Amino acid sequence: MAGNEAIAEAAVQAGCRYYFGYPITPQNEIGEYLSWRLPEVGGTYLQAESEVAAIYMVFGAAGAGARAMTSSSSPGISLMQEGISYIAAAELPCVLVNMMRGGPGLGGIHPSQSDYFQATKGGGHGDYHLLVLAPSTGQEAANLTMLAFDLADKYLNPVMILGDGNIGQMMEPVEFRPPEKPFGGSKKDWAITGAIGDKRKLIKTLYLDPVILEKRNLEIGRKLREVVKNEVRFESYMTDDAYIVIAAYGTVARIAKTAIKVLRGRGLKVGLLRPISLYPFPYPAFAQMAERVTDFLVVEMSMGQMIEDVKLSVCNKSRVHFYSRVGGMVPSYDEIIAEVEKIAKGGV
Amino acid sequence: METVFGRPRTLTSASTHYCPGCGHGIIHRLVAEVIDELGIREKTVAVAPVGCAVLLYNYFDLDAYEAAHGRAPAIATGCKRVHPELVVFTYQGDGDLAAIGTAEIVHAAARGERITTIFVNNAIYGMTGGQMAPTTLIGQKTTTTTNGRMPEKAGYPIRVCEMLATLEGAAYISRVSVSNSKNIIQAKKAIKKAFETQIKTLGFSLVEVLSQCPTNWHMTPVESTKWVDEKMAAYFPLGEFKGPKET
Repeated sequence: MAGNEAIAEAAVQAGCRYYFGYPITPQNEIGEYLSWRLPEVGGTYLQAESEVAAIYMVFGAAGAGARAMTSSSSPGISLMQEGISYIAAAELPCVLVNMMRGGPGLGGIHPSQSDYFQATKGGGHGDYHLLVLAPSTGQEAANLTMLAFDLADKYLNPVMILGDGNIGQMMEPVEFRPPEKPFGGSKKDWAITGAIGDKRKLIKTLYLDPVILEKRNLEIGRKLREVVKNEVRFESYMTDDAYIVIAAYGTVARIAKTAIKVLRGRGLKVGLLRPISLYPFPYPAFAQMAERVTDFLVVEMSMGQMIEDVKLSVCNKSRVHFYSRVGGMVPSYDEIIAEVEKIAKGGV
Repeated sequence: METVFGRPRTLTSASTHYCPGCGHGIIHRLVAEVIDELGIREKTVAVAPVGCAVLLYNYFDLDAYEAAHGRAPAIATGCKRVHPELVVFTYQGDGDLAAIGTAEIVHAAARGERITTIFVNNAIYGMTGGQMAPTTLIGQKTTTTTNGRMPEKAGYPIRVCEMLATLEGAAYISRVSVSNSKNIIQAKKAIKKAFETQIKTLGFSLVEVLSQCPTNWHMTPVESTKWVDEKMAAYFPLGEFKGPKET
């Protein structure tokens, strides 16, 4: 199945029963799949009038205690940023999917990774972060989607699956393993269900008193520190003896793996460090590796966004190089091989 | 001693922050009385707007959401789809509903979303201090139309009821006012019908309430009620634009 469908089915299996979205390429298969699949399990698919409305329908459904999600692609995610900020402020759990396409503006419909800053550094106004998970295969897209619903409930924070057109469209076999414990178990006593007796519930984000608003910011900050402590995820691939390490996520990471196999065949000790959680970013893994690696090559489908986090982790202990294709162009493994060989010859 | 007039169960004991002569207090009370009379307090959910009524959850003893500006119908939709057994209403002003939230209200009505909207039209942005609203009358002075609203520059006021009544999904659409006792009684009847429309799952329901804003109109409360009757009601005629087909 296509990565988009894998995400959609994984959401259903994770107990998500409410999807609100607006069509945009290249992620339409998510909404199309859920439009027939959710009614099968007593859920609701609703095509909203805009991404702006869709994200607030998610706000309403998540606030009512349900597992809810939306999906879109770059320009649509930009439209949702207001609502994402409100959801983060109200501490509501939900899952967002961004199948990135080339930008800025209307851009194009081909794969891109140019929304890394928007996804990991905030996107909307105010101090908050999404948890951001970046799958590099269809199977991983399914697994991370299920995980995303649990993390959202655990931290009462929106979680984003950050893919690109490739991840969404690529057809791969996907196995759905039944969850070890049934999903949707957490007690949501804050959810809107009607005020029985004097027990009122209120979901709000306005705090006119700066003393209280500061407290709210600190509470969200404390929660995110727990996220940073507990939820870092990454994959090390052939890094044990590597002195050149490629840093890449998503689609680019799997292309890098092919390049690494070829380079290893040519006797070059190259590995891959692949962030799976982009927020929280695996700073410690990069910092440790910088102690013994001479060169990092960051490969992205952006003008250089994740490289800032790599540089922050590496702290000038290793050289950090950059290679990218943008605008919907995808780097080939030949291009990556050529870059690594340049570095190995000391040419960059 | 028999109590003949008290606070509705659905209202809290908090004093409101509304200005003297403002219509919100009356409209809050009417909504609360209707909720009491229908016996639905424990299953009713309010969605607050951005504007003067943003703090309405301090006054309604209900479960409530506070929406972003204009987005109340989308939040109400999300809630109602999860809990169809609840009664969900939005309470929105003219800037919230007829400017920034136009898409959300039109499509909630078009979908026949089983929610109720109380739309308070006072022809001005109250909370931000009196700027032009989408329902500001031609010639009306505001802080952003100091010589009066000129249609060649600022267009024309939107008649929301007339527009929404064209939509199949809208089951009950009515415009009322709270400018005098007779109108207040009519307004309560309309609000009750709107909630009943939702309870009977007939479709979307909306009551537009013409309301006075003495502070930003720079009038006395008495002058402002007169202005509602003479100026606003002339452009925004009172009445029922669409009623549910009784079976």
